[in-house]
This record gives sequence, structure tokens and C-alpha cells, in this order.
Amino acid sequence: MKLMWFHLMPYTELPEDFREANPSVWVDIHSSLFDPKRAHLMYNDFMDELEYAAQCGFDAICVNEHHSNGYGLMPSPNLIASSLARRTTDTAICVMGNSLALYNPPTRVAEEFAMIDVISGGRLIAGFPVGTPMDTCYAYGTNPSQLRQRYMEAHDLVVRAWTEKDTFAFNGRFNQQRYVNIWPRPIQQPHPPIWVPGGGSVETWHWCAEMDYVYCYLSYYGYKAGRATMDGFWAEMDRLGKDRNPYQAGFLQFIGVGESRSHAMELYAEAAEYFYGRCLHVDPKWATPPGYTSEGSQRAGIESQVKKAADSNVRGKSTGERFASVAREMEAIVDNGYVIVGSANDVAEQLREVATNLNVGHLMLLLQYGNMSKDLTRYNTRMFAEHVAPQLKDLHSQWEDRWWPQPMAASERAEIAPFTPRLAAE
Amino acid sequence: MSEPETLTVDVNGFPTRVWRRGSGPKIGFLAGFGGLPRWVPFLDELARTRTVIVPSVPGFPGGDRGHTVLDTHLDWLLAVHALLEKSDLLGADLVGSSVGGSLAAEMAALWPQSVRKLALIAPFGLFQDNDPPTDPWAQRGDAVPGLMCADPEVWKVLKTPPEGANSIEWPIEQTRAAEAAARIFWPLGNTRIEKRLHLIVAPTLLLWGEQDQVMPRSYAEIFAKGIAGPTQIKVIPGAGHLAELDKPADVAQAILSFTG
Repeated sequence: MKLMWFHLMPYTELPEDFREANPSVWVDIHSSLFDPKRAHLMYNDFMDELEYAAQCGFDAICVNEHHSNGYGLMPSPNLIASSLARRTTDTAICVMGNSLALYNPPTRVAEEFAMIDVISGGRLIAGFPVGTPMDTCYAYGTNPSQLRQRYMEAHDLVVRAWTEKDTFAFNGRFNQQRYVNIWPRPIQQPHPPIWVPGGGSVETWHWCAEMDYVYCYLSYYGYKAGRATMDGFWAEMDRLGKDRNPYQAGFLQFIGVGESRSHAMELYAEAAEYFYGRCLHVDPKWATPPGYTSEGSQRAGIESQVKKAADSNVRGKSTGERFASVAREMEAIVDNGYVIVGSANDVAEQLREVATNLNVGHLMLLLQYGNMSKDLTRYNTRMFAEHVAPQLKDLHSQWEDRWWPQPMAASERAEIAPFTPRLAAE
Repeated sequence: MSEPETLTVDVNGFPTRVWRRGSGPKIGFLAGFGGLPRWVPFLDELARTRTVIVPSVPGFPGGDRGHTVLDTHLDWLLAVHALLEKSDLLGADLVGSSVGGSLAAEMAALWPQSVRKLALIAPFGLFQDNDPPTDPWAQRGDAVPGLMCADPEVWKVLKTPPEGANSIEWPIEQTRAAEAAARIFWPLGNTRIEKRLHLIVAPTLLLWGEQDQVMPRSYAEIFAKGIAGPTQIKVIPGAGHLAELDKPADVAQAILSFTG
């Protein structure tokens, strides 16, 4: 079992009346709510937290990409990842990921990921999301009718840029480059492991299965809502006659560890309610650019609504409807399974169930969310590392994780000088 | 209302619906945002004295998935020109509304011989920083009917599945129409058509719904100034962006008297 520590980097000081006074946390969130000097402290706290998670022994630390977003302050996760590469030694660095269609030319992703892989000594997991409607179509202005085709083409270009030994011309439908020859080249051969976060689209299940990529479901709605999506992926794997290796899957889950369930409810209620109340306040008008959802997925969604299938709560609904129906009170947040809270034993027991039922070998854990303080984040992280993780490590041990980074041997890697800013100043 | 004659022509390998009705000189219509999932009264009004020919724009209802192979603006214009040719519309009068209005104007600009007289109803294609159009793709679902038509019910009726329609494919077809429009005009609606307006020599009627909430009325003057041929501007009271749906008789009357 791999346990990965994920940070969204939410702005932690959205006002209490944010929901009532603002149309959306995303796309057109007002600049007056952003205080750069406060954000200076937030970024540094968040990076401390990621480094702390690495020290605590998590298998990976994860960052992701969002744009114009009040709960995701990482338009460029690569900037954070490159800093983490210098401040951690053995932990995998999961960039989950770069929205391929947004980079022009997409070889930029091949280059930057190769840089992170080289700087970190081969510890990179390369995430390739399509990206949300808000990020891609609205904040970045990408044509929703071309987004997926551009994504697929950019993927082909990036993989070729990593693997072809000689300079080549790329003659794509959307991208044409006469001379592709990236420097540096990645340490991991033939290239860093590719993981794909999906949102329940039938085509993505199929593609990940065919390409032998890790399929990740990064939902904020927890294991209950995620079940149908992961089942869909495994059904597609079965259909194609592929192994049910749990390491070909990743799943995101919010966690709050305390001394007891009631203690944890008390500790994490504010942060969870901040996240589900303020951070997920997205104007539905940003949720459904036409063409973003493939016709195959629309068809599956409508059919599941028609059949009132168990997953219609998630897959039958548009992103906007999902946002509108989110639970925002701690009791309901926990009842719905968005956040798993409890004592270390409670949490371990539930996560074993989740990882078994969903057949997932990579759990991406959100142990900081909403306006959770640095102290509470460290407490949650340490409790998890010391008391929960040991109860989960053996899970899925009969399977090989073929999708994990293969770094250089420790003895070959650069020695990183200790960070001593004071000395430098003197 | 009897059904029009329905022909199917091939555009880039996609079967494309062409409606035809009435007799008299030919007049073509390229539909606006959302396309025409069903025959509408406006077309009957034109068919009283004219042969109305309505080719479906690729990706719009009746246009199959023809939009999926059109990547550039040139691709679109060549596809629409081929569509006019196969619909037997070259040289006829041409009407276009909204999204289709922009394409009709492009036909008249690039192939001047292909259009006799031109009528444009609140065409897409421009974006003025100080007076931007409304973003039709960033709307809550319940806001769209009132954005497209002065009377939201008109849009709802247009988009309600008829009896016997496939309840799964029908909504997908409506989304596809919005996607096809997005494929041409995302994100601002600006195709730089302004640079080509001077190529239009056909006499041109510019029609605008008085209550158009999508395209600023001031754009009528920009079109009129840019077009080389003689132009007229007419505002249709009580109509929204898709004026031909709100006020079919008034819009048809204005077009028929202009085209003669």
C-alpha cells in the first residue's frame, strides 16, 4: 500500500460570508480577497507541511494544478515540486499534474517534468489531467470542443519527446514543431510513470487500461461517491482482460485523525466546513462548457439517471449540480463519506475497507484542507504516519507496484547542502 | 404545418440534413445558436412566396458530428460553402441568424457570386472590448431560454423533445449544437470578421431584436460600416437574440420586402 500526502494549497482566509457575498471561488473570484503578504505565509506554511509529510515517512507528496482558484494556489505545481525536490530526499514527488492542452507548445511539460525528474534523482510521478472546465475552458480559454483532442495529441508529443533519441519533427493536428529535442532528458526510463486523474469518463477508463497508466479518481466526495467510478474502471479492465492490480489505481480521500471519533469531529469540523462551504462554492455557470464532456460520457450519465443507478448521484450530474448538492455541515460531510474521521484505529479500519473495496493501491490523502492550521495539519499528519499508516502498509502486498518511480540509487545522488540561510547572511 | 421535404447531402463524410419547402425564388437560411431541432414558423413565413432551403450547419441538429473535423476557421468556411453548393443555394438570397449569420456573411465576403442579397440577424463574429457580447457558454441552464429569446417559452418549445424522440440522443444533440458554435467562436465570438466585411458587395439587411441580450446593438453599425454593398438596419420590436423565433412574421416580412 502506498500512502501519499496531497496538498491543494487553499487560500485559508476567505471571509465568513464568502458564500453569500461572492458568486464563485473559481474563475471570477475577486482579487480584493487575495492578500499577497498573507499568501506569502500560506505558501511557506504549505511547503513546510509537504516537507514535514516527507519527513514523517509518507511514500509521496503530491501537488496539483488549478487556475483562478481560491482553494488551489498552484497555477504551476512544477514550481512547488522543484523546491520539494531540493528539500526532500527519498519521497516520491507526484505532480498531479500538468493539464497538457494548456501548454503551448506541450513540450514545455516534457521539459519541466524532465527537469524535476533530473533534479530529484528520478522521483517524479507525471500526472496528466485533462483539467477541469473552470481551469481549462474558462480561466485558460481553451476551446471545449477541442480540449480532449488537444490533450491526446499533447500526450503523444510529450511521450515522444521523452523517448525518441533523435531530433524529430512533430506534425500534429494542433501542434507543429520542426525540431523536437528536449534537454534535459528524464532519469526514469523510458519515462517517469504516467498517472491520469479522471472524473468517471468512460473513454478515460478505457485509455488508462489500454495504455497501462494509473487511473486516479480525485473526488472531494469520498469513498461512497467514488465507488461507482472505481468500479467502472475495474469493469473496463476486466473487459479488456487486464490484471486487477490495485496499484494501477489511485484514490483521493480527506482524513481527520484524533484521539476518538468525537475528538476528531471537533478538531476538523471547522476546516472541513470551510472547505465544503467556502472552497466548493463554484458558480454552476462555469461547470458545463459544451463539448467538455464527451458524448459517450453524456450518454452514460443520462442512462444512469434514467436507470436511477447507484452512481447517478455523481455521474449523472453535471459538475454544477454536484457542487450545488454538496453537504456543508460536519455531520453530513462525515455521513456522506467526504471526510473520514476518527481515532487512528477507526481511520485505519475504514481506509482498509476503502482500499480493498475500491481495489486501490495508491491512497492520496488530504490531511490539510480548508483553513486547517499548520499545527493541526502537523498533528493530523503525524497521527496518521505513526498510528494509521503502520496498519495499512501490508495491504495489497501480493501485488507489484509497476507504476512507482525508480530513482537513482541513494549513493549516486547529489548531496544536498543543509539549508542555512543565516550563515549565508553573515 | 406539413413537413418540409428533407434531403441529405454529404459534407466531409457526414450526412447533413437539408430542408426544402415552398416555391418561387430560392432563399437559404443558416440557423442561429442552438440550431433547429425542428421546423419553425419563421420558415413557413418565408415559404409563402419563396423556396426555402435550410441546410444544417455541421454539428447543429441535422448536421451530425460534422463539426469534429473542422479545426480552423478556413475549414468551417469551406464546409459551409460546400453545404450551400450541395443545397443548390449558390447565387440565391441568404439569411443567417446569430452563429449562422456570421457564416452567411463570410460566404458573401469570400465568394461574392454565391450570395444575391444577404440578411443577417444579430450575427456573431465581433468582440468590442468596451461593449462585449454576453458569453452564451457560461450560463446556468435555466438562464439560456431568456438569453436567446425575449419570450423564454419560445426557446423551451423549440428544445422540448417531440413525442417519440429518443430521450437520450435528443439532449446530446442539443448540447452538440452549443459545442459546434463553441468550436467556431470560443471564447469571445471574435473571428476577426471585421477584416473581411469590405469584401461583401451584396445588398445587406441587418436585423436586430430590440431585446437582444447576447449581441450588442452597436454591432449593427459596425457591420453596416464595414460592408461594401448597400446596407439597411432594422430593429425588431419584442424580439430577443433569435429574433426569427420570437417574431417570425415580422422578421420574415422584413426579409421578403428587402430581397424583393
